[in-house]
Amino acid sequence: MSPPLELDYIGLSPPAAAAAVDDLKGTELRLGLPGSESPDRRVATAAGATLELLPAKGAKRGFSDEAPPPPSAAAAGKGKKVADEEEDKKVTATPQPAAKAQVVGWPPIRSYRKNTMATNQLKSSKEDAEAKQGQGFLYVKVSMDGAPYLRKIDLKTYKNYKDLSTALEKMFIGFTTGKGGLSESRTDGEYVLTFEDKDGDWMLVGDVPWEMFADSCRRLRIMKGSDAIGLAPRAVEKSKNRN
Amino acid sequence: MTYFPEEVVEHIFSFLPAQRDRNAVSLVCKVWYEVERLSRRDVFVGNCYAVRPERVVLRFPNVRALSVKGKPHFADFNLVPPDWGGYAGPWIEAAARGCVGLEELRMKRMVVSDESLELLAKSFPRFRALILVSCEGFSTDGLAAIASHCKLLRELDLQENEVDDRGPRWLSCFPDSCTSLASLNFACIKGEVNAGALERLVARSPNLRSLRLNRSVSVDTLSKILMRTPNLEDLGTGNLTEDFQTESYQRLTVALEKCKMLKSLSGFWDASPLCVPCIYPVCAQLTGLNLSYAPTLESSDLTKMISHCVKLQRLWVLDCIADKGLQVVASTCKDLQELRVFPSEFYIAGYSPVTEEGLVAISVGCPKLSSLLYFCHQMTNAALITIAKNCPNFTRFRLCILEPGKPDAMTNQPLDEGFGAIVRECEGLRRLSISGLLTDKVFMHIGRHAKQLEMLSIAFAGDSDAGMMHVMEGCKNLRKLEIRDSPFGDAALLGNVAKYETMRSLWMSSCTVTEKGCQVLASKMPMLNVEVINEVDESSEMDESHGGLPKVHKLYVYRTIAGARDDAPDFVKIL
Repeated sequence: MSPPLELDYIGLSPPAAAAAVDDLKGTELRLGLPGSESPDRRVATAAGATLELLPAKGAKRGFSDEAPPPPSAAAAGKGKKVADEEEDKKVTATPQPAAKAQVVGWPPIRSYRKNTMATNQLKSSKEDAEAKQGQGFLYVKVSMDGAPYLRKIDLKTYKNYKDLSTALEKMFIGFTTGKGGLSESRTDGEYVLTFEDKDGDWMLVGDVPWEMFADSCRRLRIMKGSDAIGLAPRAVEKSKNRN
Repeated sequence: MTYFPEEVVEHIFSFLPAQRDRNAVSLVCKVWYEVERLSRRDVFVGNCYAVRPERVVLRFPNVRALSVKGKPHFADFNLVPPDWGGYAGPWIEAAARGCVGLEELRMKRMVVSDESLELLAKSFPRFRALILVSCEGFSTDGLAAIASHCKLLRELDLQENEVDDRGPRWLSCFPDSCTSLASLNFACIKGEVNAGALERLVARSPNLRSLRLNRSVSVDTLSKILMRTPNLEDLGTGNLTEDFQTESYQRLTVALEKCKMLKSLSGFWDASPLCVPCIYPVCAQLTGLNLSYAPTLESSDLTKMISHCVKLQRLWVLDCIADKGLQVVASTCKDLQELRVFPSEFYIAGYSPVTEEGLVAISVGCPKLSSLLYFCHQMTNAALITIAKNCPNFTRFRLCILEPGKPDAMTNQPLDEGFGAIVRECEGLRRLSISGLLTDKVFMHIGRHAKQLEMLSIAFAGDSDAGMMHVMEGCKNLRKLEIRDSPFGDAALLGNVAKYETMRSLWMSSCTVTEKGCQVLASKMPMLNVEVINEVDESSEMDESHGGLPKVHKLYVYRTIAGARDDAPDFVKIL
C-alpha cells in the first residue's frame, strides 16, 4: 500500500514527507488546495461543518486533527481512520456553532461587544469587495503573515483552486524563505490559506466549490501554520515519526 | 454638636464624601438631616426604580452630580426584553424642575431619548459632564443638542452605547466658544465624523486629557490631532487599517512620541499588525491598554507590543493572545492589577487558545492582580487552587468557562474545590462570577467564606435549593445576586425573605421558581417589587410542574420605596 500522501497547504513539506512524493515537489512552495494533487480525493461537501481541506486519503488535514483529543490523532494518515475522524469531526465541529446559538445570552458578552466585533470584520471587507460586485472583476486583498505588504488579486481571472494556488505561489514566493525552499530557522513549516466570507467569518479555503468560494470570498490571508492552531507541530511530529 | 452653627456642621460633613457616611449622619437628628441634605453634592441611585426621581430632587435640591442605574446587569446579555424600562426621562425632567445647579449626570443601562438630551442641554446652565454607559434610545441629534447648548461642557463620555447615527453634524455643533473640553469619548458612534471639525475642536481644547475616537477616524487625522495634544493622558485610536502607507505610520509614530503623558491606550479598530511598531514609543509609559477590539492582531503582534509595557496595570485582550502570550504578560507586567481576556469569534472545535495554564502563569507573574474577567474553554481545580494562593488580593473574580457545566478538564470533577479556594484565600473578594460544573458544595464554600462578597453571578450551577440558601445565609454583605439556569425554586426564594431588604436586587431566570412562590414573597415583603417577566413566546414552553403551577421564566426582585412602577410593559407583572 502506498504510504499516505502528505500534502501541505504551502508545500514547504518537512523533508521526510518529501520522500513520499517527488523530491522536487517537496521543496516547492505550494498551496495544497483541493484538486491540486490527488485525483482520488473525495471532495468535501459544502456542509460547512467539515474542516477538512485536503485529500481524504491520508493527507495531513490541518484543523481536522484537532477535533478528536490530540493523542488519538497521531496516525491521521491512515485511510480507514480518516473516515472515522471525519465523522468525529463532523460531530464535534457542528454542534459548536449550533450550541452557541441555542443558549440565549451565553456566553455572557455584552451585546455591544458582540455587535461591534461582527461589524468590525464586515466593515473592512465590505469596502473591499462590495463596490466591485457585478463588474467584470473581483479584487480581493491577499495578506501573508510576515510579509511587509499586501497584494490584490482579481478572483475572476481564476477558474479553480489550482489556478489560484499557482498565482499565489508566484506572488509570495519572495517572502517565504531566502533559499526558495525550506527555512532552517523556522520550526513550523507550513502556511494555511484562509479567506474571509460575506458574514465576516474566517474560513479555510477549499471546502466549497470554486464558484461558491469566489462568490463569498472578501479577502484572503495566508496564515502562519503555527498560528493556525497547532497545525505545524503536528506536521513536524509526524515527519519525525515517519523518520 | 447641636450647639454648633449649621455652617460648621456642614463643613464637618464636607469631609464625608461617601454616600454611606452621609446617609448615616442624616439619621442622627432632624437638624443634621437638614444640614446634610442641603449640602449633599453627589447622589448615587443604584436602581432607578428604588426611589422616585421627584423624591430625590426634593431631598437634595443642591445636588451637583447625579448617577443613576437602570436595567439589571443581565440586560447586557439580552436577557431583559426590550421595552422593559429604565427610562432616563423622568430623572432628567425631575432634575430640570428641582435642581438646576446640576453639573454632572451619569447613567448606566438606561433608555435615554433625544428629547431628554435636549431638555438636559437646555435646563442646566452649569452642566459640565455627561457620562452614558450601555445606554440606548438616542441618536447623534441628541448629542448635537448637548454640544450646542452646554457652554461649559468638560466631559462627554459615551461608553458602549447603542446610538442611532444620523450623520456627522453633531460634532460640528460645538460652538467656537467651547474651549473647555477635557474628555471626549465617541468611540461607540458608528458613522463618519467630520475630520476637519474634529481637528478644529481639538485645537481649541487646551484642557483635553482624554480622547477616544471612533472607527471612522483615519490614521492621518489621528496624527494631526496628536500633534495638538501633547498632554493627552488617555487615547482611543481611530482605525489602524492595513492600507500600509509608510508615511502615515511614520507620522503617527512621531506624533505619539510627543505624548509624554499618555498612560492609557485603546481603540485599535481594524488594527493592522503593521501599526504595532508605531505604538512602541509609548508602551513603556502605559498603565492601561485595551486591545479587545482588535481581532486582526495575532498573538505574536500582541506579545511584541506587550513585552514593552512594563508599567501596565490594566490589560484587556482577546483570547487570541493565547497562553504563550499570557506568559509574556506575566513576565513583563509586574504591576498588573486588572486583566480581561475576551473570547474572539475564531472558535474552532477542540482548540483553546487560552486555558487554565495561561491564568496560572499570570498568577505567578502578577501577584498584585485584583480584578479578573477570563473567558476560556477549560479550567481545573488544581489551577484555581494555585491561582488563589498566588493572588490573594482578588476583589473581582469572574471566570467564564464557555461550555456550560463543563467539569475539571483533568479530573472530570466539579469545580467546587477550585472556587472554594478562591473564596477562602481572597478575603477581600467583592465580586464573583462562577461557571463550569458546580454542585451545591461550591455555594457552601461561598456562604462560609465570602464574607465581603457584594455581587454574585451564577449560571448553570448547583443541584438544589440548598445551594442558593447557603449563599443567602452566609454572604452578609451581598447586594446583588443574579442567577440563570440553575435548579433553585420557591424554597430557596423564600428561605430568607428579610435579606432582600438588605440587597439591591435579585435576578433569577430559567430557574424553578413558580408564580405561587413569587406571590408569597410579594405578600410577605411589601417593600419589594417582585417583577415576573414573561415573554409572550415563552408561555407555550412553560412547564406545568412544581405543584402544577407554571414556572416563572424571569424574576427580578428589588427593594424600593417607590412602590410598583407605572411604566411597566405588558409582559411584566408586578406582584
